[in-house]
Amino acid sequence: MAQPFRPLTAILAPLPRANVDTEVIIPIGRLISHRRGTLGPFCFEPWRYLPDGSPDPQFALNEPRYAGARILLGGANFGCGSSREAAVWALWDLGIRCVIAESFGDIFRANCFQNGLLPVTLDAATLAWLTTWAGARRPPLLGVDLQHSRLLAAGRSIPFVIDPERRTALLEGLDDIGLTLKSLADIRTFIRRDLATRPWAQSAGGG
Amino acid sequence: MGGETLFGRIWNLHRIKPLGGGVDLLFVDRHLVHDLEAGPRLAALAARGLPVLRPDLTFATPDHAVVTTPGRATAATAAAADGTTSAGSLLADMRRRTAAAGIKLFDLGEPGQGIVHVIGPELGLSLPGLLIVCGDSHTCTHGGLGALAFGIGSSEVEHVLATQSLRQSRPATLRLRIDGRRAPGVGAKDLMLYAIGRFGTAAARGHAIEYAGAAVVALDVEARLTLCNLSIEMGAKIGMIAPDSTVFEYIAGRHYAPKGAQWEPAVAAWSALASDADAVFDRELCVDAAAVAPQITWGTSPQDVVGIDAVVPDPDAVGDPALRRSRRAALDYMGLSPGQRLEGTPIDWVFIGSCTNGRLSDLREAAAVVRGRRVAARVNAWVVPGSENVRRAARAEGLDKIFLEAGFQWREPGCSLCLGANGELIPPGQRSVSTTNRNFVGRQGPGARTHIASPATAAAAAIAGAIADVRKLPPAQVR
Ligand code: SF4
Repeated sequence: MAQPFRPLTAILAPLPRANVDTEVIIPIGRLISHRRGTLGPFCFEPWRYLPDGSPDPQFALNEPRYAGARILLGGANFGCGSSREAAVWALWDLGIRCVIAESFGDIFRANCFQNGLLPVTLDAATLAWLTTWAGARRPPLLGVDLQHSRLLAAGRSIPFVIDPERRTALLEGLDDIGLTLKSLADIRTFIRRDLATRPWAQSAGGG
Repeated sequence: MGGETLFGRIWNLHRIKPLGGGVDLLFVDRHLVHDLEAGPRLAALAARGLPVLRPDLTFATPDHAVVTTPGRATAATAAAADGTTSAGSLLADMRRRTAAAGIKLFDLGEPGQGIVHVIGPELGLSLPGLLIVCGDSHTCTHGGLGALAFGIGSSEVEHVLATQSLRQSRPATLRLRIDGRRAPGVGAKDLMLYAIGRFGTAAARGHAIEYAGAAVVALDVEARLTLCNLSIEMGAKIGMIAPDSTVFEYIAGRHYAPKGAQWEPAVAAWSALASDADAVFDRELCVDAAAVAPQITWGTSPQDVVGIDAVVPDPDAVGDPALRRSRRAALDYMGLSPGQRLEGTPIDWVFIGSCTNGRLSDLREAAAVVRGRRVAARVNAWVVPGSENVRRAARAEGLDKIFLEAGFQWREPGCSLCLGANGELIPPGQRSVSTTNRNFVGRQGPGARTHIASPATAAAAAIAGAIADVRKLPPAQVR
């Protein structure tokens, strides 16, 4: 169950690569051997470490100025690939609460909302500006004001668009299953009606 | 106003009610559950004190984390029984919890076990017009039958188990027309890799794809499944093809398919699903099948793909600096240089299998290339059938013998080297030609270098010991 999204002011780490896939965010082997809550050290594992296991200084998240980052700046199609929700869990375990990108993989984006992690979509120009800003500013502290759908970068207010239902769910930490169970009567009515028109659909096994 | 699309019709049929903000509550007809999700999600549900609402519409099988070693049933069972390995405890948990919930499990060694996206169509669980979900992004595969099928995350799996429904915002629509005739040696895999290379892995994000055109209609059902399987690699959760008589013939008589008095009304309903002639799509893309050569990837994204006779592209030739950087990194990872010919590049592994190309027709296609030839000395070549039924059908035709005599390993069904979740990995730095769908960094194991291709191209590579053009193989001497 998701935690309510609280106002956030935190370090922004830029990772301006396109098509960051969920395999790189959390390799499958780690996901099988480790539980949710302990995935942080393996987040971005293929990029984060040198062959000897030490942190790769070239990788943005290893740079001292981005230490403790809670906001990640991605490129286009962030979170493409496998549907594994553990990609969101691994980011969460790393401390990330918000990912900003030009666009997201559809399933990854849905998974973010299920776990209280805010995905923000911005146009390429604003994203480029933020990347430059994060590279120049020490420390690059970004404010995330979900209530008013805006980011605050040292005096500049950057609006973003988010579905109002999604925003409410994030702010209140609402749980989809709990919400849908309130519609159980509607689901049962649908099932009854549907059974009359598509009997084959609901009886795997046929006549 | 334009007519209705195939996608729109099926979506509307499943709408329980609108939830506001463009989100609909949708009814789910079939829920497929695999070994990475079954145990953990059923446990989470139990912890909340919730039952599975429709166990009769939920079907489970172990595929992702099971080993595929020949004769594995006993070994895996032993591991599962004492829970010594993580994969073993996943399986043990899956068995216990599906049994407790009344969910049908197709277990190791039983007909029906296999990769979720191979068994759904094969068992008649996946049907035209159904809404099918699974906690796996390649669920789009089932769209090849004219179903509305998409992958979901773990929370959504739990949601479906508890409510047999999903909250979803409606995607836009995109029609991809593939006209013209395929050249010999070119299959559904090549068509789709070509389209992904041309339009990019994010091209269809936020869209449901409908494939149309003469080259699509000409495909048999298994090839349509391959085509739709790769929709997610173009960014779309959903890919589908209007069901026609080819599909109805494929479905007739399958184990869970409608039978008797239910058959005729079902076919009548399925026949009415196709998009209207005046249906309007939010976007349209076109590909000429005749222009497509056998494809092979050179980088670490499915869009890094070229014709088999092409050279590795030069990253410096692209204008966008971010793309240039990522292409350089990809070449570095793959150990290739710009301008290098791919054909003739030595390889270490060949993998034939997966939900993209692990069906009987794929094994036949590969066997036709392999028959009477030998796998090159340095190559580890594996065939992993997509399901137990595929394995049995292939054996009945003698395909296992063709592969074994050529020096391939003939293994048990599962995902295997497609994602290496079962401990089966390509060693670091080694190069594989694989019939799978993703060449991401580390996908087949840390440091593994993956080239994606069709079963025919993979088979040709196994024989040549290098990336090879199947169209140029000399005729085999049949022994
Ligand atoms: S074969 Fe590969 S892509 Fe298909 S379901 Fe298994 S792991 Fe996923």
